[in-house]
Amino acid sequence: MDGFYGGYALVGLVLLVGVAFVTVAFTANRLLRVTVPGGDKALTYECGVDPVGEGWAQSHVRYYVFTYLYVIFAVDAIYLFPWATVFAAPGFGMTTLVEMFVFIGFLAVGLLYAWRKGVLTWQ
Amino acid sequence: MNAVLLASPEVRGFGADPWWLVLGKAVVIFVFLVLMTLFTILAERRVVARMQHRIGPNRVGPFGLLQSLADGIKLALKEDIIPKAAHKAVFVLAPILSTAPAFMAFAVIPFGPEVSVFGERTHLQLTDLPVAVLYILAVASVGIYGIVLAGWSSGSTYPLLGSLRSTAQLISYEVAMGLSFVGVFLYAGSMSTSEIVAAQGDYWYAVLLFPSFAIYVISMVGETNRAPFDLAEAEGELVGGFHTEYSSLKFALFFLAEYVNMVTVSALATTLFLGGWRAPWPLSLWEGANQDWWPVLWFTAKVLLFLFVFIWLRGTLPRLRYDQFMKLGWKVLIPVAIGWLLMVATVRALNTEYDFDARQVLIYGGIAAAVLIGLTFVWDFVAARSRNAEPPEVTAEWDPMAGGHPVPPLPGQQRPQLTVAGTTAGSTTQTEDHP
Repeated sequence: MDGFYGGYALVGLVLLVGVAFVTVAFTANRLLRVTVPGGDKALTYECGVDPVGEGWAQSHVRYYVFTYLYVIFAVDAIYLFPWATVFAAPGFGMTTLVEMFVFIGFLAVGLLYAWRKGVLTWQ
Repeated sequence: MNAVLLASPEVRGFGADPWWLVLGKAVVIFVFLVLMTLFTILAERRVVARMQHRIGPNRVGPFGLLQSLADGIKLALKEDIIPKAAHKAVFVLAPILSTAPAFMAFAVIPFGPEVSVFGERTHLQLTDLPVAVLYILAVASVGIYGIVLAGWSSGSTYPLLGSLRSTAQLISYEVAMGLSFVGVFLYAGSMSTSEIVAAQGDYWYAVLLFPSFAIYVISMVGETNRAPFDLAEAEGELVGGFHTEYSSLKFALFFLAEYVNMVTVSALATTLFLGGWRAPWPLSLWEGANQDWWPVLWFTAKVLLFLFVFIWLRGTLPRLRYDQFMKLGWKVLIPVAIGWLLMVATVRALNTEYDFDARQVLIYGGIAAAVLIGLTFVWDFVAARSRNAEPPEVTAEWDPMAGGHPVPPLPGQQRPQLTVAGTTAGSTTQTEDHP
């Protein structure tokens, strides 16, 4: 359990324990629960009235725009994290800082553009 | 360049444990999280009850301590219903996908320093990665899949809308959360949790980087779908949100995942900003406070403090409207996080280049930034006041079926006097003979 992959192997171990936990829980649940199928139980829940139409409704495109913005900023964070860890090391200093200012500046302009275009207004 | 040395592939001092210790730690993490969940649920019910002048559950076991256990067993014994409209495989997979990652994040949380367990020297932490915090973010993102897929696979309108809302909320606040971490990395020079705790020997980052801490605390409440940000399960609008169609153990797993996530984000806040397992100030004067098993106590106490704040918020604040919520995320938290990040980076660069003490600058800057954030709220409040102060538009006629559905009269509109045969208008007797 040492070396580069050792740490990740331990994470995998937690996943295994998690899967074991869920398996035991599901098996116990299957053995212990009551099962009385039939009736209107399996209908979609609509507050007591019969369900109308399809459940898979079309959703508004505004969710998509937020997802798009998220991808940009998540990638931004991925670049920022390693930068932040080596930032204080000798040999980096001011040049690195200015480069990151330029990078964040570009992203900030993008966010401002979206803002001005009214993307961030939720109606 | 010594970047190769800095980005070392593994964290020193980890990975030397015997197998029984590794397995033991993994099991202890699970037991810790499940116990925390059971008692947090009980504590939440008791504390909220106290805030609402009720008593709360106190019948099962001493002080009601076994209430959550009883509820859990009851849930697991209930009939499991899968709706006809549901996509079966995904419907079963979704609760698992939301529970397992919730536990995984805890693998890299440090509970304490190096201790001796049956003669073995070991860290009170299952493992540590050079990218531990990034790993926690990644695992938390996998948990979002559980929510999206639960809503989608239910084949019902309310869960679908709830899951979409929840996703938009989680990704919006994750951006602010990620940005608030960068300040910590700038100071600790590492993404490994044990090194971040080690770097907080003098100052906790909650003091040094107060705006980062504030942004993190707000976004962690958003990330866990908790009040006042629990829009995904706004019962007045969406029934139960993404888990409306779930029953029995699958519902219990979503419940478990929510509370484990609360414990995880609290533990992360403790590790990154409150010095991890380090003793708080007056206690830290005592030599032994940061040695042996004592730090586990401080760590747990700090996590419980955050959990209490979660419950307190739920008992105090009303739920936000969706547009206000998105506005807070994208127009306040993210710009403030970026601005603060640039300031920290500049101060840090000046510190390394010209060698001056930057801590005072950061602390005062943090106070200034906090005041600025406070002022934006005041400004919002004043703007809303002046908007409300404008006289309402007076439309002469009230159309009771405006837009095709019944609507109440707007401000300035008059409700016409009703006259019913035999009674005077507005009297209550006319409803007496209603079936």
